[in-house]
Amino acid sequence: MFNMYLLVSFISGLMMSIGLIISGMINPKKVIGFLDMFGSFDPTLAFVMAGALGVAFIGYRIVGSSKPLLCECFDLPKKNKIDIPLIVGAAIFGIGWGMAGFCPGPAIVGVGLGLPKAVVFVGAMLTGMFPAKRIFMRS
Amino acid sequence: MNISYVDGLIGGMLIGGAAIILYWFNGRVMGVSGITSKLLAKPDKDLWWRLAFVFGLVFGGIIYQMRFPVAVVVNASEICLIIAGLLVGFGTVIGNGCTSGHGICGIARLSKRSIVATIVFIGTGILTVWVKRILGV
Repeated sequence: MFNMYLLVSFISGLMMSIGLIISGMINPKKVIGFLDMFGSFDPTLAFVMAGALGVAFIGYRIVGSSKPLLCECFDLPKKNKIDIPLIVGAAIFGIGWGMAGFCPGPAIVGVGLGLPKAVVFVGAMLTGMFPAKRIFMRS
Repeated sequence: MNISYVDGLIGGMLIGGAAIILYWFNGRVMGVSGITSKLLAKPDKDLWWRLAFVFGLVFGGIIYQMRFPVAVVVNASEICLIIAGLLVGFGTVIGNGCTSGHGICGIARLSKRSIVATIVFIGTGILTVWVKRILGV
């Protein structure tokens, strides 16, 4: 059962990877194009979100909340209050996202594609995670 | 309809499917920043599935490229990528999520926090691109 758990994780990562490549989100130019509301706007990301949200929204409801297939319980975020770290963190993330056109998923896939610049970005991203963990001690 | 929109929709559905598989079988939220940043913490029982997921992401890039050409152009300079990477790493840990965890899983679960976070990071993303345009960088 434990190995099955790992296999599912791997397949999920693989599927997301292929989805990110097919959708074009692997391309920083398309992501920046979506954020470029006052310039050469490219709506592709909205279609990606629509496809992903459509499947996930229906999927979550079909699966329900009783019990996952391979373990005892669902592990969902417990916090539900909108607090300062959430807003500040999301704001900082958005600035980095707009600068490079990379967010964590596509950047890691970019490492698999052998893009030197994705390697640079992921290296910096992992480095940036350290101090945040120190300050906020959320394991 | 523009072919890249169709590709976007299909790719997006695959991403949503990946999130549901991870939730349905393993009971987990598919948040890339959380999965990655927790790999940096003290190793625990969740280390291996997180590694397997990240390995899947990397492996997808490797095998896809063996079969089909992938053209990716990264315009940002190295220094810009380093600053952006630091901000993305720092911000996603403080804000508890990124595009996948908040933007897809969180919104699909109708989490208030995720809806707010997504509006904020898309907002500052738009602002950043606008500022870049004004500065001509």
